[in-house]
Amino acid sequence: MRTIKFLLQKEFLQIFRNKGMLPIIFLMPMIQLVVLSFAATFELKEVDVHLVDFDRSATSRALVTKMQATGYFNIQSHSQDVDDGIRMMRSNDIQLALVIPQHFERDVTSGSPTSVQLNIDAVDGSTAGLIQGYGRSIIQDFSVEVQPQIKQIQQQRRRAGINIIPANWYNPNLDYIKYMVPGILVVLVSMIGMFLSGMNIVREREIGTIEQLNVTPIKRYQFIAGKLLPFWIIGLFELVVGLLIARLGFNIPFVGSVLLLLAIAGIYLLVVEGIGLFISTITSTQQQAMFIAWFLMVVFILMGGLFTPIESMPGWAQDLTLFNPVAHFIKIMRMVLLKGAGWAEVQHLVGILTLMVVIILPAAIFRYRKSTG
Amino acid sequence: MNEELAIQANDLTRKFGDFAAVDQISFEVSQGEIFGFLGANGAGKTTAIRMLIGLLAPTSGKASVAGFDVYTQAEAIKRKIGYMSQKFSLYTDLTVWENIRLYGGIYGLSEDNIKAKAEELLSSLQLESVRDKRIGSLPLGWKQKLAFSVAMLHEPDIVFLDEPTGGVDPITRRQFWEQIYQAAEEGTTVFVTTHYMDEAEYCDRVSIMVDGKIEALDTPAGLRQAYQADDIEDVFIELARGADRAE
Amino acid sequence: MSSFRAFVIKEFKQIYRDKRTLVVLFGMPMIMMILFGYAIRNEVENAQVVVLDASQDEVTRQLISKIDASNYFSVEGSIQRYDEIETLFQQGSVDEVLIFEADFARKLKRGGQPAVNVITDASNPNLAQLIQQYSSSIIIDFQQQWSANGGTGPGGISTHANMLFNPQLESVNLFVPGLIAVILMLISSLMTSISITREKEMGNMEILLVSPLRPMQIIIGKVLPYLVLSFVNVLTILALAQWAFGVPFQGSYGLFLLESVLFIFMALALGVLISTKAEDQQTAMMVSLAGLLLPTVLLSGFIFPISSMPMVLQWISNLIPARWFLVIVRSIMLKDSGLLFIWKETLILLAMTLGFIALSIRSFKVRLE
Repeated sequence: MRTIKFLLQKEFLQIFRNKGMLPIIFLMPMIQLVVLSFAATFELKEVDVHLVDFDRSATSRALVTKMQATGYFNIQSHSQDVDDGIRMMRSNDIQLALVIPQHFERDVTSGSPTSVQLNIDAVDGSTAGLIQGYGRSIIQDFSVEVQPQIKQIQQQRRRAGINIIPANWYNPNLDYIKYMVPGILVVLVSMIGMFLSGMNIVREREIGTIEQLNVTPIKRYQFIAGKLLPFWIIGLFELVVGLLIARLGFNIPFVGSVLLLLAIAGIYLLVVEGIGLFISTITSTQQQAMFIAWFLMVVFILMGGLFTPIESMPGWAQDLTLFNPVAHFIKIMRMVLLKGAGWAEVQHLVGILTLMVVIILPAAIFRYRKSTG
Repeated sequence: MNEELAIQANDLTRKFGDFAAVDQISFEVSQGEIFGFLGANGAGKTTAIRMLIGLLAPTSGKASVAGFDVYTQAEAIKRKIGYMSQKFSLYTDLTVWENIRLYGGIYGLSEDNIKAKAEELLSSLQLESVRDKRIGSLPLGWKQKLAFSVAMLHEPDIVFLDEPTGGVDPITRRQFWEQIYQAAEEGTTVFVTTHYMDEAEYCDRVSIMVDGKIEALDTPAGLRQAYQADDIEDVFIELARGADRAE
Repeated sequence: MSSFRAFVIKEFKQIYRDKRTLVVLFGMPMIMMILFGYAIRNEVENAQVVVLDASQDEVTRQLISKIDASNYFSVEGSIQRYDEIETLFQQGSVDEVLIFEADFARKLKRGGQPAVNVITDASNPNLAQLIQQYSSSIIIDFQQQWSANGGTGPGGISTHANMLFNPQLESVNLFVPGLIAVILMLISSLMTSISITREKEMGNMEILLVSPLRPMQIIIGKVLPYLVLSFVNVLTILALAQWAFGVPFQGSYGLFLLESVLFIFMALALGVLISTKAEDQQTAMMVSLAGLLLPTVLLSGFIFPISSMPMVLQWISNLIPARWFLVIVRSIMLKDSGLLFIWKETLILLAMTLGFIALSIRSFKVRLE
C-alpha cells in the first residue's frame, strides 16, 4: 500500500506539472460538454424551400403562407421551373422544392383530387423524413381547413378524420439536451481516461524511465495500481464536475440516486482505464498505443447508442454492444438520471461492467512485464 | 551456489534471433569486490548486465546474483541490488528530492530513513543546492550523480553501474570513484562498466568483452603482465583489434 | 536538393518499416468502414410499438396492420390497461404506444373525429420525434385512403413526396462520406503531429535543424509519407463504399480525388500546426484526439444536421474543416454536383489550409528565435 502511495504522489506531481496538459485534461472536456451537447439534435429548425407555384392563385398562396407561418419552412426563392430547385439542391442552398400544380384552386374548389409535390433532398434521410412528416401534416390540415368554406353541405362529412394526439413521456418538450448531456459526459470522461492511461506506460517505456522502476522490487499489481488510480481519481472528479454542470447549468433533473451512479462510475472507470493500460502494455510506441485507443474509442462511441439508437443497428451489431462498456454506462447514466432507475433496473449492466473489470485488470497486470523475454 | 560470491555466471548466453549478443560468458564476482566490465560499444556489456539484474531473460546458461537465480528469483535479486542505467532513466519533470523520495518509498524505506539517506548522499555528492530543482534543467554530470544516489539509496548488496561516468567532467568522475570506493569499503559489491581505461585501473579485477565473449579476466596488474602492456588501454586495443562488431 | 531527397526516403522507410503501425493505419479505416457502414443507422427501423385498442374494430385493425407493415415499426403486442405503459417504458423495451379510443370505426363513419393517442418514450427525444412524425404520416395516409374508399368521393389535397438523391433514405449514403472525413481528418492530423513532436521529444529535431535541410523541407519530408498513406486510404474507403455498400457515386471521380487531396493537405497542415505548439507527444495526441474527435463528429453534420443546431453552434461549425468537406463529398457522390456547385466550400478549405500553414510557419519561426 505504501509503495502505491509513493507512485500516486509521483503521477500526480507529473500530471499537475505538465502545464500544456492541464487545460486539455480539465478544461477542454467541460467546454466540449457545454458546447457539443447543443449540437446533437435532429430537431427540424427551418427548411429552405424553393417554390414552384404553377397555379399562382389565392388558394396556393394561402397554402404557402400557412407553411411559412409554422416556422418550419422558409421560402428562399421561386420560379416556374422545377429544375431550378434541383440545381439549388445540388449546391446545397435549399432542401425542399415545393410544387403546386396548375388548376390547384379550381380542383380544390370543385372537390376534385389534386396533389402537391414535395421534392426533398434526401441525402440526410432522417431530416428528409421529418420534412416529409411536417409537410404532410400541414398540407392535410390545410386540406381540411379549406374544405368547409367551399362545400358547406359536405362539411360534416369532410371533417371526419382521425384526431392524432401526440404525447412524449419523460421529456414532453423533446428537450434533447437532457438526453445528450449525460451521454456526452460519459464519452468525454472515457476518452480522457482511456487516452491518458493508454499513453502512460508506453510513454515511460519510450522515454526509458520504466527501466529504473523495473529494477526495483516493485510488484506488478502495485505498478498497475499506481498507474490506474490517478486517472481513476481524475475521471471521477471530472464526472462530478460534469454532473454539477448538468445539474446547475443545464437543469437536468437527477431523478435517480447520484450516489448509485457514482458507485457504478467507479467500476466503469476501472474498465476504460484498464483497457487503456492494457493497450499501453502491448504496444511499443505512444503512436501505436494512441492509434489503437483512438480506434476503440471511435467504435465505442459511434456504436454506443449516444447519437444513433442501438435499436436501429442490425442484430449482430446490437449483440456486439455487449462488449462495449461505453454503451452500458451511457445507458445506465440515462436510466438513473432521467428515468430514476434504481439498483434493480441496472444491476445486470453493472454485472457486465464488473465482469469486464475482472477480465481486463488482471490481463493488464499479466501483460506488464518487468523483463523482456 | 557459493554464499561468498556476489555474482556467478556460467555460460550465460543471450541471443536475438541468430545473433548471440552475449555468448557463453562465465565469471565470478566476490563480495565487496569492484569488478570492472570492459568492452567496446556493442560488445554485449549492457545485455549482460540486463540479464543479471532481471530485465532480460537469458537464452541459456546459468547465473546467480546475491545467491538468487536469475531465472526464477529475479524479484528477490531486485531487492538486493542497485542499478544505474547507461541511458538516464529518472523522471526529468520531477525534482531531485522527489525522485529520491519516490525510489526510497518503492524500496520500502521509512520517511525518516529516506530523508536521512538523501541528505547524506546529496551532501557527499554536493547536490544540496539543486535539491528542489527539476532534473530536466540540470547538466548531465549532475543527473549522473543523482542516478548514482538513487542506485545507492537503499544500501544494496550489489550495485550495477552501466557507464556511470560517460560524458562527465573529470572532477565529477573523481567524486564518483571516491563514492565507489567508499561503497566497496562498506561491503557493497560494485559491478561497473566503463569506457575510460584509466578507470579500469581502479578496479579490483577487470574483464574485457569482445564480440559477446569475455576474452580476458584478471587484476589490472595481471592483465598488464599477461599482455606485456604499459596500461590497460594497450591490453584493450590488443584484444579489440580482432573484433567484428567494433564501431 | 539531394539531401532533401535522402531525407524523404528515410522518412518513408521509417514508416514502412514499422509494420505494426502500418497494419493499424490501413486496417483500421477498413474495419471502421465495414463496422459503421453496416451498423450505424439513424433511420428508424422496426421501432417497437404496443397498442391499447379499446375499439377492436375493422378500422383500427387495418390501421394497426398498416403500421406494422411499414419498415419503421413493428407492432409487438397489445395491452389492456393504461398503467401498463409506465412499466413497459421503464423496462425500455417499447418505443411507442398507440391508444385507440372506443367506437373508433363508428365515430369515423359518422363523421366524428376519433382520437388516437401516440405516446412515445421521449427519454430519447431524437428517436421520439422521428417516430412521432412517422406515425402521424402513416395515419394521415391511412385516413386519406380510407376517405377515398369510404364513399365520400374523391377530393382534397394529397401530398406526393419525392425523396431525391437518396430515394431509399439509406443512412449508409449519408454516413460513408462522413466517415471518410472523420478518418482522414484524424489520421492525417494525428499522425503528422505525433511524428513531428516525437522528433522533438527524442531530441532529433535539433539534429535535423542544424543539418543543411531547411525547416520547410523538414516539415514537407515529414508530411509527404502521410499524404501518400492518406491518399491510399481514400482509395480503399472509396472502393469499399462502392463495392461493399453500393453507395452510389454520381459525380466525377477526378474532382472527388482532387478535393480529397485538398482536405488531406488541410489535415496535415493542422497536424503540423499542433506539433509546433505542443511540447511533447502526449500533448499533441490529446489535442488531436480528444480535442478533435467529438467536434469533428458532432459539428460537421456527420450525424446531426447542421441546420438543426442552435445559431451559435451553426456559427462554430463553420470553423470545423470536416463540415465543408462533408458537403463537398456528399454533393459529388450523391448529387453529381460539379465544381460550379461546390466552389464555395472548396475555397473555404483552401483558405483554411493556407491559414494553418501560415500559422505553423510563424510559430515555427518564433520557436527558433
